[in-house]
Amino acid sequence: MVEEAVRDWEFFLGHMNYWLFIVLMMTGFYIVVAKGNLVKKIVGLNIFQTSVFMFYISIGKVEGGTAPIFPVDMNIDPAVVYSNPLPHVLILTAIVVGVATTSLGLALIVRIREEYGSIEEDEILKIEKEIALQEIRLHSEVMGERG
Amino acid sequence: MTAFAVVRTQSLFATAMLSGVFSLLSALLLVTLDAVDVAFTEAAVGAGISTVLMLGTLALTSRFERPPSHSPVIPLFVVLVTGAALVYGTLDMPNFGDPNAPAQTHVAPDYIGRSPHEIDVPNIVTAILASYRGFDTLGETAVVFTAGVGVLLLISGLRRRRRKEKEDV
Repeated sequence: MVEEAVRDWEFFLGHMNYWLFIVLMMTGFYIVVAKGNLVKKIVGLNIFQTSVFMFYISIGKVEGGTAPIFPVDMNIDPAVVYSNPLPHVLILTAIVVGVATTSLGLALIVRIREEYGSIEEDEILKIEKEIALQEIRLHSEVMGERG
Repeated sequence: MTAFAVVRTQSLFATAMLSGVFSLLSALLLVTLDAVDVAFTEAAVGAGISTVLMLGTLALTSRFERPPSHSPVIPLFVVLVTGAALVYGTLDMPNFGDPNAPAQTHVAPDYIGRSPHEIDVPNIVTAILASYRGFDTLGETAVVFTAGVGVLLLISGLRRRRRKEKEDV
């Protein structure tokens, strides 16, 4: 009975990190879906991204391990445990790619603002609808003349 | 948590600053998880460059957000369902810090064991990044280059058009 409780508690603690990152991830997701402002959406995307990064890094953590860097004199003590360096490498790449996509998104926002005069999603949709309606009207007028 | 503050605040300036704080805090967390290289990059790129880019965008656009017009119930529901599914997915995962987890027993010991003889660089992350997974890094630089070209194309038109508008006036 006691053993089972200890195992449950260990399971709970051992998965706590994953759950915290999922909560963080869902916060970012909520911002992306629910907020109308485009800059806010980008920030939400960044939060989402960062939580995925931390999730990966936490997978690479080894109990009692240190950062995966050898001593400078390269006298390696086989007893020292190093954390998994592979997720670190992958996430290093992902962070840089992430900032590249962020900058592209922000540049797009600047262009959208220039074109539509707004960075709110529903306003942009309204303007787009008007443009589409105008085009349809124009089109039908032209077709009517031909007919 | 700063992330929740980002959800609530309407001032975009504060949002940009809070996202910088968030990046810095996550960098601290990464240090405690032994990922010093990643933390370094996150602090420089996430807290530094991203915030600057964000502020630049705000300078070119507006500084305040309009209150949302539709109800947040449906997004909240979608988010909760997704979160529950993800939590269900983690139940099969190994415990945090478990040395016998599949992630730790596959190629990682190989990298740690071989890189001192083959590469002779103290930092294993650097060795893997530049050597074993060099093609990944090549792809990364290609992505960054493409993004840079894209940003330049999008923004450079802006200045030209502004000048034209001025000439028209």
